[in-house]
Amino acid sequence: MGIIMENRLTNFILSIADTTLILAQRNAEWCGHGPILEQDIAITNISLDLLGQSRNFYQYAAQIIGNNATEDSLAYLRTEREFKNLLLVEQPNGDWGQTILRQYLFSQYQYLLFEQLQNNADEQLAAICTKALKEIKYHVRWSSEWVVRLGDGTAESKERMLNAIDELWSYTGEMFIPAEYEKEMGIDFNALQNNWSAKVKALFTEATLSVPENIYMQSGGKQGIHTEHLGLILTELQYVQRAYPNSQW
Amino acid sequence: MNIKITKYYYGDIPEEKSAGSTYQSAQDATTWPLWEIFIRSKQGLDHKHVGSLHAADAAMAMENARDVYTRRQEGVSIWVVESKYITASNPEEAGELYEPAVDKIYRHPTFYILPDEVNYM
Repeated sequence: MGIIMENRLTNFILSIADTTLILAQRNAEWCGHGPILEQDIAITNISLDLLGQSRNFYQYAAQIIGNNATEDSLAYLRTEREFKNLLLVEQPNGDWGQTILRQYLFSQYQYLLFEQLQNNADEQLAAICTKALKEIKYHVRWSSEWVVRLGDGTAESKERMLNAIDELWSYTGEMFIPAEYEKEMGIDFNALQNNWSAKVKALFTEATLSVPENIYMQSGGKQGIHTEHLGLILTELQYVQRAYPNSQW
Repeated sequence: MNIKITKYYYGDIPEEKSAGSTYQSAQDATTWPLWEIFIRSKQGLDHKHVGSLHAADAAMAMENARDVYTRRQEGVSIWVVESKYITASNPEEAGELYEPAVDKIYRHPTFYILPDEVNYM
């Protein structure tokens, strides 16, 4: 594999690893604060699933990078500008409606993306994605039900879902604009966007919500240019490794 | 459906939810009915009662049961039933219900000499 191709693959894997890690961290903030015990367990379960996925990607990236890189050094010792996660997943939890909408918008995208990647020429990448698909299928199912439940629920729950759509929609466009390192990964971004839009539209219709149109889309996450929230997340996430370098459990 | 949802921001634990408060989070839960959960641990075994949980409807009860009771690979099949549909025997009637069986050992098939081949009956 040429050095350019190798760099692209590394960056691509890191971008998925970062996205899943940051969403895991966001969902973990609900631990002990869920609206009801059972949902507290559900959202932290999803957090753990995402953390497990991010570990697989970091381990693979570390293996390609070599040079004593480990999953820990990649997660704990890179700076904000090196993180390539989607802007969507670093957005604050807001209320329960905003959290579950963010989960749905991402999980639906992740499902369709991984479905393509399970046939990727890179066999290890394909294997990691195939393994994650079952979990993601459940995340889609769980978050879809909540979108319908709240969208088509009471006047207040609907109001909250409309607010959540306002808060999050402008961060969804970035998912379908390939970064330089994504361009030769064998992903059909047009199909990805069309399929995602169709799925979201169908679910929103069921939830008596509508898909916003002509919204300005934010971007930059894939290139390391983030909203102000990522710095705060990393401060907490990386604190122990920064304060006590090389400390072990 | 009357669900109370509180808006939280990052790192923000409202006072009524913090340690030592008298706030009853269980009040939120009581607006959702209780469901009894039965799990089959392996193909071929019976579903066994494993506990109960709160959920707004059967679909949510099913997902909650999956998250609460099967996350450590405890099961291959789940039944959920709303607790109000279970009729339970009254513990105070234990006398008339169960004690008459105590002195009727002839109802157990223990008086037959079985051939060795069927010793595991």
